[in-house]
Amino acid sequence: MLDKKIYDMPRGTDMAWCPGCGNFPILNIVKMALAELDIKPQDAVICSGIGQAAKTPHYLRVNYFNGLHGRALPPAIAIKVANPRLTVIAESGDGDTYGEGGNHFIHTIRRNPDITNIVHDNMIYGLTKGQASPTSEKGLKNPIQRDGVIVDQFNPLAVALSLDATFVARAFTGDILQSKEIIKAAILHKGYALVDVFQPCVVYNKQNTYQWFKDKGYYVDASHDKTDKMKALVLAFDLERLALGVIYQREGKPTYETLVREGSTPLYEKGFDTGALEKLIGTYK
Amino acid sequence: MRRYSGDISLVLGGAAGMGVQTVEALLVQVLKREGYHVFASKEYMSRIRGGSNSTEIRVTDKKKGAFVKRIDFLFAMDKDVIPHLEGRISKETIVLGEREKICATAKECHVIDIPFTRFANELGNPLYTSTVAVGAALGILRADEGFFEQYLREHFARKGEEVVKKNIEAAKKGYVFGKHIAYHEGIEVRLAKSKAVENEILIDGTEALGLGVLAAGCNYISSYPMSPGTGLLTFLADHSKGFGVVIDQAEDEIAAINQGLGAWYAGARAIVTTSGGGFDLMVEGVSLSGIIETPMVVHIGQRPGPATGLPTRTEQADLNLVLYAGHGEFPRAVFAPGTPEEAFLVSQQAFFIANKYQTPVFILTDQYFLDSVRSIPKDRLQKIKSENFIIETRTDYKRYSITESGVSPRGVPGYGQGLVGIDSDEHDEEAHITESAEMRVAMHEKRLRKMKGIRAKSLLPTEIGDVSHADTIIVSWGSNRGVVEEALEILKQDNLAGLHFHQVYPLPERTKKLLTKKKIVVLENNFGGQFANLLKLEYGIKVADNILKYDGDPFSVEEVVAKLRQM
Ligand SMILES: Cc1ncc(C[n+]2csc(CCOP(=O)(O)OP(=O)(O)O)c2C)c(N)n1
Ligand SMILES: [Mg+2]
Repeated sequence: MLDKKIYDMPRGTDMAWCPGCGNFPILNIVKMALAELDIKPQDAVICSGIGQAAKTPHYLRVNYFNGLHGRALPPAIAIKVANPRLTVIAESGDGDTYGEGGNHFIHTIRRNPDITNIVHDNMIYGLTKGQASPTSEKGLKNPIQRDGVIVDQFNPLAVALSLDATFVARAFTGDILQSKEIIKAAILHKGYALVDVFQPCVVYNKQNTYQWFKDKGYYVDASHDKTDKMKALVLAFDLERLALGVIYQREGKPTYETLVREGSTPLYEKGFDTGALEKLIGTYK
Repeated sequence: MRRYSGDISLVLGGAAGMGVQTVEALLVQVLKREGYHVFASKEYMSRIRGGSNSTEIRVTDKKKGAFVKRIDFLFAMDKDVIPHLEGRISKETIVLGEREKICATAKECHVIDIPFTRFANELGNPLYTSTVAVGAALGILRADEGFFEQYLREHFARKGEEVVKKNIEAAKKGYVFGKHIAYHEGIEVRLAKSKAVENEILIDGTEALGLGVLAAGCNYISSYPMSPGTGLLTFLADHSKGFGVVIDQAEDEIAAINQGLGAWYAGARAIVTTSGGGFDLMVEGVSLSGIIETPMVVHIGQRPGPATGLPTRTEQADLNLVLYAGHGEFPRAVFAPGTPEEAFLVSQQAFFIANKYQTPVFILTDQYFLDSVRSIPKDRLQKIKSENFIIETRTDYKRYSITESGVSPRGVPGYGQGLVGIDSDEHDEEAHITESAEMRVAMHEKRLRKMKGIRAKSLLPTEIGDVSHADTIIVSWGSNRGVVEEALEILKQDNLAGLHFHQVYPLPERTKKLLTKKKIVVLENNFGGQFANLLKLEYGIKVADNILKYDGDPFSVEEVVAKLRQM
């Protein structure tokens, strides 16, 4: 086990999160999980998009690709394929992952790369000041839908399950120890792992608070068969009581990087075979 | 007597799925092996079956690389061919086809009846029609009989002895008939053969580009299909095993370019291929490449827009798009090959510049270029040394260290003791978000300083004729090299020369001298004179005239000659 401090940024690093923001505990959880799994900063890459959640990689010492809004997943796939030895985590907000990046969310799950997708789900667009996100509840009043959100909520767990995601979990930022275990399991899982982490936005979402989540959330217990997809779907569809923990996990599905290339040598190490080119040109007549 | 000397235009027309492609593939190969120069270009409709498509094969005794409007021999496979090609058929055109199938529509043209169907039926399968046509063409040209037999044997060997036998028989039937026609019609074809051509290779634009991309060490492509950019994706997929190229069919072009950037970040060499419409979606990634200083190579096979436009036709109207694509300011380079040799070269150069200067680089081609086949000597595919710019990082590594040249040594995650971060926000040397105005200016200027190095490496344009002594210069770029070369050769005027650019941005400083005090005429396939405007901007020179075309077809030699004569 590594010392979690190795991921710490220098003292005095300016952080753009608001006091009391649910992102702080998630940051801590991720550091703890990496340390406990012995993943050196050099061997991990965090990909993120844009938003408050997506600033995470600036606040811990690992490699990172802080790309564009909605686009955490495409580079994450490519990085894993280009260098399968790296631990790749895609970490962004609910708006980033399920809204702007919705198409990538769908098709990344279908590919099943061995990456972990941590979604800081505050059910709101935080950075842009409180507009509705795909996971905002119907009726939530916000600066654009003055009378409240009028469309149905996006259900990330149910969507992931229906696309045969191999690891689907929900966590709560208010519970560091359990969330850490969930994220560790997600990182260890061979394949695409979704962890939707409920994280209150203390400034813009006055409806889905710590208390609201505490009232609704409960952990699946040992009796839950996480290989039972239909059960998992039932849990995912239940929005009255929010199941926490690993809701579904299936081992053995081939991961994208093993399907799309051979071996795990980082591509930058691969030499160029001029002989092959000569040979190919030689086949032209 | 109908005499043809040195230059024949043979056109095959038919509906999609009628075997026009097969005839073309066989014919160009046999003719090249006979020692004739060939240049074939196609036009086709955006549909899978039916419609009316055509391929022009020029058989010449000197190298040509352009489309001619004139048709000497037209093989019409169905009734739509003549109306479809009406504007190109003249009294001189000899139409070969089944009279009852085409005659109803054939007005004043000279039709020679070839009973394709009867021949094919005699052989027991309508599929042989294509081979009969090949034979007929070879008969008219009086190609060497033994020669094509040998080629057909090779070509069909995989399909078994029966198929080989039937095809040879079909070709012979056609051949005898072709000779018979030539005799009756008094057709006399004089074409010098060249030993050198026999050993050349036949290659189309897509293949030349693809080989160049492989030569550059490309090992990753993520793309979404869109004509005519898809060919490169298919080409690389064909060779992915042999060359270890990762092939990813992306969910959309946005994913494609963002994947490409992730791949480069992790140390791969990636390309994305698309057409203008798909590139529209990629634009955010171009800007991203600019600020994160992660290399990116983008191939855009142009077709006429706006929007879906004419999906299978040709145009050069996306130059402005790639010049200005992406918000904000950052360095870039744009290449536009006009021959297979140039395509092979610029695709390597594109990777080199992208890699060295860590910025987006574009290769602009078009449908006409990508689909055109010609023969070239193998050794003209010039390999440039591929360099590796990745460094092993130390613990104190800073991804965006400020340097004189603007280039910060590029590390990749997992290689060395350092950490590699990249950030789409404005950032400091360590890639962390900053809102410091001072840092912003320092970073922005650092990035843009790279433009100097890129410009210093700009490829010089090709001079066609004696540019320094001519007073009028016909400037072209991309696919129009061949047509300008041929038009100038026909006109043979000392005061007229051409300059062809295969790198269109940035332009080399040295070339400005060549263009000052000259009458500049810019020829390009668009409405607005996009390259003409760029020349003005880059060199501050005047452009006297534009020769423009935007009907979806390539310039023909005749058209360019006529335009130049008018001037
Ligand atoms: C292409 C693009 N569109 C819009 C934005 C503006 N934008 C930045 S973050 C964001 C939403 C963020 O919401 P979420 O992903 O939930 O992150 P949070 O701030 O809530 O953590 C938006 C709309 C952008 N940066 N880029
Ligand atoms: Mg959010």
